[in-house]
Amino acid sequence: MFKYIAKRIAYSILILLGVSMIIYFLIRLMPVDFIQDKINAINQGGATVSEETVNAMYEMYGLGDNSFSGILSGYFTWLGALAQFDLGTSFVYGIPVAQVIVEHMGISFAIALIATIFEFMIAIPLGITAATHQYSFRDYVVTVLVMIGISLPSFFFGQMLKSVFALKLGWFPVSGLVDATASYTGIQLLWDYARHCFIPILTIVILSVGARMRMTRANMLEVLNSDYIRTARAKGLKEKVVINKHAFRNTLIPLVTSMAGLLPSLFSGAIITEQVFDLPGIGNIALDAMNRGDIPFIMGYNMFLAMLSVLGVLLADLMYGIVDPRVKLE
Amino acid sequence: MDELNNVQAEPEVVDTEVPLDKNVRLMSPTRMVVRRFFRSKLSILGLIMVISLFLFSFVGPLIYTEWGEIELDESGKTEYAISETTYTVGGQEYTVRQTTEKYLKDNFLAPASAEHLLGTDNEGYDIFVRLMYGGRISLTVSFIAVFLITILGVILGGIAGYFGGWIDNLIMRVCDVLMCLPGVPILLIISTILDASDIDAKYRIYLLMIYLTFISWTGTARLVRGQILSLREQEYMVAAEAMGYSTSRKIFKHLIPNVMPQLIVQMSLSLGSMILYEATLSYLNLGVKAPYAAWGSMINIISTNQDILQNHLNVWVPAGVCIVIAVLGFNFVGDGLRDALDPKARR
Repeated sequence: MFKYIAKRIAYSILILLGVSMIIYFLIRLMPVDFIQDKINAINQGGATVSEETVNAMYEMYGLGDNSFSGILSGYFTWLGALAQFDLGTSFVYGIPVAQVIVEHMGISFAIALIATIFEFMIAIPLGITAATHQYSFRDYVVTVLVMIGISLPSFFFGQMLKSVFALKLGWFPVSGLVDATASYTGIQLLWDYARHCFIPILTIVILSVGARMRMTRANMLEVLNSDYIRTARAKGLKEKVVINKHAFRNTLIPLVTSMAGLLPSLFSGAIITEQVFDLPGIGNIALDAMNRGDIPFIMGYNMFLAMLSVLGVLLADLMYGIVDPRVKLE
Repeated sequence: MDELNNVQAEPEVVDTEVPLDKNVRLMSPTRMVVRRFFRSKLSILGLIMVISLFLFSFVGPLIYTEWGEIELDESGKTEYAISETTYTVGGQEYTVRQTTEKYLKDNFLAPASAEHLLGTDNEGYDIFVRLMYGGRISLTVSFIAVFLITILGVILGGIAGYFGGWIDNLIMRVCDVLMCLPGVPILLIISTILDASDIDAKYRIYLLMIYLTFISWTGTARLVRGQILSLREQEYMVAAEAMGYSTSRKIFKHLIPNVMPQLIVQMSLSLGSMILYEATLSYLNLGVKAPYAAWGSMINIISTNQDILQNHLNVWVPAGVCIVIAVLGFNFVGDGLRDALDPKARR
């Protein structure tokens, strides 16, 4: 087991190395004078990018030296800093990139976590009824509804909900995370957060429930066709017991595995949804930084996302070995 | 062997007088698949949605030629602004009402009328016409991307699955790396690079989607590899080996045709997701840039203009509906094909 985990971690580091190479060479494709233009634009926009920060970035990425050895040594300098979790200093915010990420990922995580909990709570029962009543009217309705959910573009659906519930009906605030005009504390502040996050969470849940429901339905159908279910029925067990006890438990295996894989990605932020509702989550911050040409932030954020997905794959694999005793990790 | 595989017998009323082969109706697998596909109402609905969008985007502009894609309605528009000012002169209140009449060159934000079927947007472009041109871009770009992804995926997945060994290892490790690349953020970087190199606004989205194919072929490659790994062990492949067939004949005549069903399903489903991708990029103002139209960028207007979001639904809702119809259509077709092509399904 430990040998397996050690091997998997070493392998994950190799993948991250590959990802870092791609990201580094993409950044190197940018012409240097273009970067200078962007820095000037940021300076005109009010924020000041100190000469020091810019020089530090040039040194860190080895920009400006376009010979083969220059690119190579630039890559390793950057990699060395990366290994010490030094992602450079953000142009726009003037503080270390890692700090910007840590400050803003909390709100993204909270929203994503609540959305994911609702997603599982809705998707699993729907998937099971659709599977146990396969080809029935109920199955048809559920399948079509979730299919519509999968096909909705998040920016369009989010704006629709905003237009109806926030602007027309006025039930919810239009954007942001807190009411800037009021200064709430304690329970009132929490209530204000909830009111602001309701539509964004609703958007995420409706868009993502479909994929999870289809996964549950497919798993359940597979389990229901297996021999031990036939045995359980032949023993004369009640259908309720067969489904809720025998079938459901095995349907959970892939669900729990995917949940473990999902966990790191909750920190990554929903770029589009956060942009639509102007939430100060990491996704929206990253989009803004990227539009303004904040190169240290772009690189740091991309590496952060890559780390999260590598971690997700690792967790999912380990979880699979834990929840399914038939799988031996070697 | 091939002959036998291609016919499927469906017994009808058995008449012992007539010889057996006169009594059964022969159906090729293709016909069975087509029949199963059209039995599902959702597949038919999906097909209708996709075909009507195609006609709308590609034939539409040829029939409806009132306005062009980047033709402004310069018929002018008059805006009235009324302002009231109250003066107090010697204890007496006077109210002066002033009406300003402003003549503007472009007829923007016009309501739906016979002249503009869906009105005009904030610049004065005809929305109905721009929907058609936006559809052209969306559909063309998505088809190109899916086509390239499939070719890359089949070639690399096929090589990995057929030859195995170190080359399989290499290709699969590259897959692992690419799968960990974040999608939209990477495209943001690439789009910045395109900004730096002054690409014509018209071709930008094509380049962006070609870059996208380089990181999206992994799913197809894994699918093809998995299929080939299991097919390679089957008896008919041993027979092909024993017949001394060439490698290319084994791959292209015996293996690839058997992967086709899954590949077709994958293609139609990824068409839907590519349309979503393109729309998202255009919405973020990374894809098709002004003055050209794309469904995503037609919705982008509202992210800065709340007046349009609230009061001019005709500007942005039609584009969103078009995206949903396109994605839903391809998803329905893909799902229908999956059920129809499933050899285990006998319904």
